[in-house]
Amino acid sequence: MLKSLKRWGALFMGPTLVSFGLAFLAPFFIGLYLSLCEFTTVTDASFVGLKNYFTAFSEGQGFVQALLFTAAVTVIAVITVNVFAFAIAYILTRKLSGTNFFRTVFFMPNLIGGIVLGYTWQTIFNAILLHWNTTLVTNATYGFVGIIILLNWQMVGYMMIIYIAGLQSVPPELTEAAEIDGAGRWTVLRHVTIPMVMPSITICLFLTLSNSFKLYDQNLALTNGQPLDMTEMAALNIVNTVYNRIGFEGVGQAKAVVFFLIVSAIAFIQLRATRGKEVEA
Amino acid sequence: MSTASLSTTSTHSTMPTSSTTSPVASAGSKSASARVSHAVLYAILVALTAVFIGPLLFILVNSFKGRFFIADAPFALPLGEYWVGIQNYINGLEETNFFTAAGWSFFITILSVIVIVFFCAMTAYYITRIKTWWTNALYLLFVFSMVVPFQMVMFPTVKIADILNLDNPLGMVVLYLGFGAGLSVFIFSGFVKSIPLSIEEAAMIDGCGPVKNYFLVVMPMLKPVMITVAILNAMWVWNDYLLPYLVIGLSTPYKTIPVVVQQLVGSRGANDMGALMAMLVLAIIPIVVFYLASQKHIIEGVVAGAVKG
Repeated sequence: MLKSLKRWGALFMGPTLVSFGLAFLAPFFIGLYLSLCEFTTVTDASFVGLKNYFTAFSEGQGFVQALLFTAAVTVIAVITVNVFAFAIAYILTRKLSGTNFFRTVFFMPNLIGGIVLGYTWQTIFNAILLHWNTTLVTNATYGFVGIIILLNWQMVGYMMIIYIAGLQSVPPELTEAAEIDGAGRWTVLRHVTIPMVMPSITICLFLTLSNSFKLYDQNLALTNGQPLDMTEMAALNIVNTVYNRIGFEGVGQAKAVVFFLIVSAIAFIQLRATRGKEVEA
Repeated sequence: MSTASLSTTSTHSTMPTSSTTSPVASAGSKSASARVSHAVLYAILVALTAVFIGPLLFILVNSFKGRFFIADAPFALPLGEYWVGIQNYINGLEETNFFTAAGWSFFITILSVIVIVFFCAMTAYYITRIKTWWTNALYLLFVFSMVVPFQMVMFPTVKIADILNLDNPLGMVVLYLGFGAGLSVFIFSGFVKSIPLSIEEAAMIDGCGPVKNYFLVVMPMLKPVMITVAILNAMWVWNDYLLPYLVIGLSTPYKTIPVVVQQLVGSRGANDMGALMAMLVLAIIPIVVFYLASQKHIIEGVVAGAVKG
């Protein structure tokens, strides 16, 4: 009976496939090819081999520095966001009244877009730093701490929701049985609750990892890489290379390919590592 | 005894610890310590609420202050000489043409979400029901596109959009369908798999063709997922900055809210702090209203999207 559906492929798939081809598939392969070319527009590209890749990693490109800064932000953000989110979710799944109100409040920052969020926090940090007669862009450490605080404020609520869903799906008989066997709260948390919410941990690690690593809007709005590109993250570095430096489009595209490979590799490794720790109830 | 201890105040709750080992007393001390820990937890939650709401209040308060006072006295209340009423809002609206930007933001977001939900549901249905090597390959490509960072396709996409005259609000909808397809098709497919085929077979035997079957039988069953997908995409498209900035650019009347906010500050380093505060408030209001109106669906959508992802 599905044979009659088969003929309707153009209707069911057509619009999505055309758009997907224009926005993603064709640009992906053109992008791979252009990373091996020197060009200013797509039509005047001339093949130069791996030259762009060597340039991308050379000094003065700031790409290595941007990748290292991105990695540092990601490591700290992933740890802090997940610890806070899990702790808040743990509190909110205890039998307290009014938890819906707190959930609503803590999730709200997620809906505010990166640009608006970045300028909101830039104003606040500068207002605080005013007491020491300094600003967010005088010291790269301020920028680093600023991005971490901003990311926590933004992402904790989202991850909290996922952790709450995970915690609520842990069968209460399991924790009760452990308590009857004499396990304290910490033992139950470590040996029963956390293994049972491993699927949530997998998802939250994946989301925090990829969101932090691909961060662009917040980075642009908060410090725009200042001072001296020391707080420039990888995505910002790539966009600046492609659009703000004439003649470096190919180098920017090569950086984008490297960035894509790193993001995919990290996502793949992380998913495999934590999926392996998931248990069945 | 235990009911009494539940209603005592916290000063009394320390008393049972000094009493002896009778089972009633120990039960009393247990609920008392539970109450103390509840009080601590509430204190933590209230402090966190301040942390989460504080930044928004800070922006709101400063949006009513004169621009020089925002720099000199950022934490003061907008009273007396600090108070400028809605002057910042008037300046900001003039400088940014904010309402036009809001109009285009609404136009692009609403139309994109409708198009994404409508077409991705159909696509997901087709590739889930028709099992061939190429539908499998397409499914994997959609999943793959979720991991690829935007910068990888940025330059070619913008050029293609330029060549095909997609550098306008309607063109943006076409591009958003392409970029939104990955996550949307993925979530819809997961749901279609759980729909028993027998319902559709019954409809077919009753004389439904595949198109009628989809629109009359399958699509109504997809409604809860459609809401989830709509919300996830609405949050993303509304807040997206880089794609509209690069594709539509700054020299057209079609700028969206994130683009005008960035333009207000980015080019001139925020020399009018008052106008900036006012525009940030205006940018935050629609999304907060949307959130308060549909928070139940938003939170369900986040959970559903995460579990499927």
